[in-house]
Amino acid sequence: MITFKNVSKSYGSKKILKDLTFSIRAGEFVVLIGPSGCGKTTTLKTINRLIEPNSGEISIDGMNIRSRNPVELRRSIGYVIQQIGLFPNMTVEQNIAVVPKLLKTSKEQRKQIVQEMLELVGMPYEENAHKYPSELSGGQQQRIGVLRALAASPPIVLMDEPFGALDPITRDSLQDEVKKLQKRLKKTIVFVTHDMEEALRLADTIVFMNEGEIVQMASPEEMLRNPASDLIRDFMGRHTNPHSEQPELFAEDLMRTRVLKVPYTLHTLECVDRMNRREVNSVIVVNEDDTFMGTVMLDTVRERGKAGREIGELVGNDVPAIDRRMPAQEAFDLLLSSTANYLVVLNTDQTVAGIVTKTSMAKAMGEALWGAVLS
Amino acid sequence: MSVLLPLIGEHLLIVLIATAVAVILGLVLGVTAYWLRPAASIIIWFAEALQTIPSLALLALLMIIFGLGNTTIIVGLVLYALLPIVRNTHTGLSTVSPAIRDAARGMGMSRLQRLLKVELPLAFPLVFSGIKISVVNSLSIAVMGVLIGAGGLGYPIYRGIQTQNFAGIMRGAIPVMLMAILFDIVMSNIEKRLVKRAK
Repeated sequence: MITFKNVSKSYGSKKILKDLTFSIRAGEFVVLIGPSGCGKTTTLKTINRLIEPNSGEISIDGMNIRSRNPVELRRSIGYVIQQIGLFPNMTVEQNIAVVPKLLKTSKEQRKQIVQEMLELVGMPYEENAHKYPSELSGGQQQRIGVLRALAASPPIVLMDEPFGALDPITRDSLQDEVKKLQKRLKKTIVFVTHDMEEALRLADTIVFMNEGEIVQMASPEEMLRNPASDLIRDFMGRHTNPHSEQPELFAEDLMRTRVLKVPYTLHTLECVDRMNRREVNSVIVVNEDDTFMGTVMLDTVRERGKAGREIGELVGNDVPAIDRRMPAQEAFDLLLSSTANYLVVLNTDQTVAGIVTKTSMAKAMGEALWGAVLS
Repeated sequence: MSVLLPLIGEHLLIVLIATAVAVILGLVLGVTAYWLRPAASIIIWFAEALQTIPSLALLALLMIIFGLGNTTIIVGLVLYALLPIVRNTHTGLSTVSPAIRDAARGMGMSRLQRLLKVELPLAFPLVFSGIKISVVNSLSIAVMGVLIGAGGLGYPIYRGIQTQNFAGIMRGAIPVMLMAILFDIVMSNIEKRLVKRAK
């Protein structure tokens, strides 16, 4: 449990935090959100003493953190930052093992930790442990950033806009992974973002801040139902507006963007493997320039696929492809009348934007009717 | 040639000892400048000031303190070699990205651990380039040692001048030039590899 009691911080005459008092339960996922300059990052950094408040008291499990050595305190709290900040001179393995090493964990144990950690995010040890951060994609780098924060099993993890710099699809999947990890490992997470969608998706409790003060602290449902101020309502934007006139919806509003997409040159076995991993029974195949080629069902691969052949040979066009600006109603009709159980949504340049499934459609319509629906 | 070889050896030894001392001192000063920001401008100004003193004058001054011999030229070389090393160390450390520094602090590394595990390794390519400049400079400045009774390749050059023997001057000058070029090429190569690895 983390408790803030009358915490204030100012730089010169500028007050960044004004008399903050609140507490975070153990195992809770708390998201700090607000416009830039509202003090959310400062609040976060006071917890591991990267910033010292001018007055007030912060305690963890009843113990004032002022009484603890800052260096040791930080080793007991995970920390993930937006710019990732992996050490470029260290391998993935060394990066993950930084804190265990500082805590003098034995070499064998460290290796075991790294193996377990990489397993958590599905990055095989043999393949990744000895790479340098520059050899990884942005999404993989931030996965390692998260693992580095978790490696010494700290009960509390601080995350400062960790997914702000990632593309939407990668962000989506990392949000899922972090939420799952948090539930499974029962961590207390304090997470800073300026993205309300991210907050609604991840938080047990949202703390909305403005000008150094807490405007509202509530569960996502409560905040959606009763936003405490107009500012919060603005922030929620499209997530609330139950009483406004019926919004015009397009296919792009119904789709989900997390889809399994593979190049046509990928081998069939690899495709099957990826479908199994993502637990889907069909895959979208794209041309070299990322444009849409067609789809392949898992069953088709099982029936006609030969090991070592490219997936492009099996492509069929039984799944309709539609433009993202197609009116929602047309997409609705098409999906219901089609034998396929989803539609592929294309951008104007024929690249894949997402897919519309019955679930994604129902969710979008629910949102349009009742405000945000929480999954 | 048989006369030259021991002179080349001695010349190299003087330069290498001076460089070794300058590296240690330069790193200490560079790190101090990085850690104590108010001290930075003073330290760098000091290293710059040293470099503006004409070598002849500096050696004469040092001779008063250290007397004749190799010690004096080594001290002189150290003082000249400081600037590139100090400056590059300070610049290298200061240009480590704030995100990486923030992460290192947030992970719970002490100041010394941050320096040794993260900041210095990342600054090293630049530090090394400072060392290279120092070595190449020192090779030619070391020739002045002959004026204060030190060994090395200054001797044949000085003798050549005294006897107006052009070939004699060349016998001393050419090995110095060759060594300078050789060190420059080899160390530039290493430097390139370091920079590439750091990316």
